[in-house]
Amino acid sequence: MSDPAASTRAVVIERVFPHQPEKVWRALTESPLVAQWLMKNDFEPVTRKKFQFRADPAPNWDGIIDCEVLVVEPLKQLSYTWRSMGLDSVVLWTLTPADGGTHVRMEQSGFRPGQTAAYQGASYGWQHFFGGLERVLGGLAA
Amino acid sequence: MKPATANNLFRALADPTRRAIYEQLTRQGEQTVHALTRHAGVSQPAVSKHLVVLKRARLVRHRRQGRETHYRAQPDALGPMADWLRLYSAFWRDQFDRLESLLDRME
Repeated sequence: MSDPAASTRAVVIERVFPHQPEKVWRALTESPLVAQWLMKNDFEPVTRKKFQFRADPAPNWDGIIDCEVLVVEPLKQLSYTWRSMGLDSVVLWTLTPADGGTHVRMEQSGFRPGQTAAYQGASYGWQHFFGGLERVLGGLAA
Repeated sequence: MKPATANNLFRALADPTRRAIYEQLTRQGEQTVHALTRHAGVSQPAVSKHLVVLKRARLVRHRRQGRETHYRAQPDALGPMADWLRLYSAFWRDQFDRLESLLDRME
């Protein structure tokens, strides 16, 4: 690995779904649908709109992710900030029509400490963060 | 790793000039401050200041040889960030699975 700093600054997940972009866009932008696969939220696809994702609180984590809508380009791009436990990042969704469906790319990047004091315990906090999410997901699946 | 150390790490990498210096060290191996200054596009005192921050985050180590100080990258220091990103990767992969099953259920 020639550039460890660059390769550890972003999470990229890509997948082709056998569904039209219109449908994928709805799943990414209609609040009740987003709640079904991601988290409870008060999202609205309006640029500069602030919103939150909410999961059950876990030890060292209040279960809240603070966000602000950055980009809404229907059927193509959606981006919002993602701030939790004092760490700031940006989530960018890019949809591209693909053979028989839609290529979906999610990039979460720009991890950096925020101004909040909530960062304390970060090296332990993220374990609880995901522990908490797993519990939520487990509950939803049941 | 203490939270303070992880905090230093994230703070150190939040600055683009520092990232460039760190990346230069990971690509080119050990470098003197002079060599780093040539690439950084900022003054040598500025580079030295950035190196102090990187040192505090344990991202770089230095050794003196004559009048020159040589710096080298310590990629192991990226551990906490790598952990964090690995967890988020797993999280998003799970969410993609859930998104896929939602799409299958939608009209």
